[in-house]
Amino acid sequence: MTNNIIELRGVSKTIHDLGILYDLNLEVRNGEFLTLLGPSGCGKTTLLRLISGFEEPTTGQIFINGKDVDGLPPHLRHVHTVFQSYALFPHMTVFENVAFGLRCNKVPKAEINSRVNEVIKTVKLEKYAQRKPDQLSGGQQQRVAIARAVVNRPLVLLLDEPLSSLDYRLRKTMQIELKQLQRKLGITFIFVTHDQEEALSMSDRVVVMHEGSIEQVGTPRQVYEAPQNLTVAKFIGEANIFDSEICAMDGKQLTVNILGQQRVIKSSRAFTVGQAVHVLVRPEDLRVWGQAEVDDSTDMYPGTVEEVIYKGTTVDLMVRLANNQLVAATKFFDEDDDKLEYVIGDPVWATWVSGWEVVLPHEST
Amino acid sequence: MKAHDNSLKYFSLGTIWLWLIVFALLPFALVTLASFASHDDTHLLTTPATLLNYFQLNNAIYLKIFKQSFYIASTCTVICLLLGYPFAYTIARMQSRYKSLLMLLIIIPFWTSSLIRTYSMITMLKPKGIINSILLWTGIIDKPLPLLFSDTSVMIGLVYNLLPFMVLPLLTNIERLDNRLIDAARDLGANRFTTFRRIILPLTMPGILSGSILVFLPAMTIFYIPDLLGGSKSILLGNLIQNQFLIAQNWPLGSAISVVFTLILAVMLLVYWHSMGNKERDLL
Repeated sequence: MTNNIIELRGVSKTIHDLGILYDLNLEVRNGEFLTLLGPSGCGKTTLLRLISGFEEPTTGQIFINGKDVDGLPPHLRHVHTVFQSYALFPHMTVFENVAFGLRCNKVPKAEINSRVNEVIKTVKLEKYAQRKPDQLSGGQQQRVAIARAVVNRPLVLLLDEPLSSLDYRLRKTMQIELKQLQRKLGITFIFVTHDQEEALSMSDRVVVMHEGSIEQVGTPRQVYEAPQNLTVAKFIGEANIFDSEICAMDGKQLTVNILGQQRVIKSSRAFTVGQAVHVLVRPEDLRVWGQAEVDDSTDMYPGTVEEVIYKGTTVDLMVRLANNQLVAATKFFDEDDDKLEYVIGDPVWATWVSGWEVVLPHEST
Repeated sequence: MKAHDNSLKYFSLGTIWLWLIVFALLPFALVTLASFASHDDTHLLTTPATLLNYFQLNNAIYLKIFKQSFYIASTCTVICLLLGYPFAYTIARMQSRYKSLLMLLIIIPFWTSSLIRTYSMITMLKPKGIINSILLWTGIIDKPLPLLFSDTSVMIGLVYNLLPFMVLPLLTNIERLDNRLIDAARDLGANRFTTFRRIILPLTMPGILSGSILVFLPAMTIFYIPDLLGGSKSILLGNLIQNQFLIAQNWPLGSAISVVFTLILAVMLLVYWHSMGNKERDLL
């Protein structure tokens, strides 16, 4: 018995000759909070429907708890879904909605009562048990949808963009509640979202999807700090991209040519001399200095401030470099920077600490 | 702009209300008045006012006719529901370009008068009619079936004429049904039967009820179908009222039957209305 609650082997899906998913391989570990992250239309919802049994893969196999579920209809799979629209039954009360799954499985009445009440309490809806869904707010409906699924103690809970219709503040609260609930219940969550911030803050592991393929699987830190390719890097967070090529190599130390200057950078990937690469620097890693603050301009690139965006905790700068490339820099107020005041048109120096960049093989775009 | 909107609103509401008062409420008031009148050989209606007409209704024959009508109308409603529901469900859930064509096919019979269509059914059902000819020709039967002038032919005629009134409200209702609720039920472990019984059926109940009302009410009173297809044997409530007015010339008795019938239906509707929640009332 492996530790994988769900396994996908070579799963593809084609609908009306249109490729939706291509040769996916994925292992979902028991008890983890896994997020499928990707732009709309990348196939994440289809993948969820394959697992829940509403669609069958065109090729490949899906294993749930070690068992091939080929041809098994949704009601016989021990996974449950929290739908994007919640899909609460409008003619039933909160209690009846939550009890639905248990009643379908012929659970004894006394047990239904205690289990439903317990779950309703967990999601803090005791007062609303006898209400109909249309008498509840969006956040409450969301909780009912989650309660209705988890009360059946599924092996895996599938959540299809469950927070997307909530307002920003409520979404933040629900993110924390969901994460706490998942820890408490110990159920594997597969959470679908197109919101990278949501994915990073909630997940144990993130699966980055793009146009029907899995681009990278890793912890939030891995996908953010060590993206496998340009697609992942661009989708998760912002990135300043410098095109360059390897001039010399010494173990992990690479010498590259950026904007006409030689610079030593670090990477654990293998490259060859002369290979074209992309050097990625996150905006928060890019340092911008006023000309008066700089004595030694080694490894620094001159530019002018083009835009200053005040965001409360940070100031975002857009800097036009000498080669006309526009780069973004985020400055935090907690730094020992005395003023953090920039004026549009100011000449500045931009740089970053070597080793904080990401080097990727060149991709023709 | 606002004032203009309101005047249009009052105009259209006012017209309909006026129409209903003149052509529905007023006649019903007249019928109610007439039901308390007496009649003799020279007058259709005359004084003194009396309750005699109502006492006359307490008669085994009238009760039997009422029971018979009720039975036929209920059976017709059930048959229409059993035939109409799967039909409406299939069309409503269909994702085909022929869907609107199929819906049009339900409407097409309305282009011909229902009376003419009922006459044409005689041609189909009579001993040497189309159905019997085909059955004889294929050798399935060796003497014609007595289809016409029976309760069966009345039922066939009623179901044929009233089926669209069941299908159309059902179609509207089922089309509005959210597919995702069915997915959710299946996801939670409900098989197809449970999904139907616990989700689809309750959510389409408003359609079932409006369809049933639209079929049941005309089935009780439509008089030309039993007249044409039932021969002299079938006397239903509609025929009874018609006979009292046109043949027996007993307007007060005919009126009394109408009033009692209307009251019974009103009570049924009230009971049904009270059995629904607010939400279902809105859907109706």
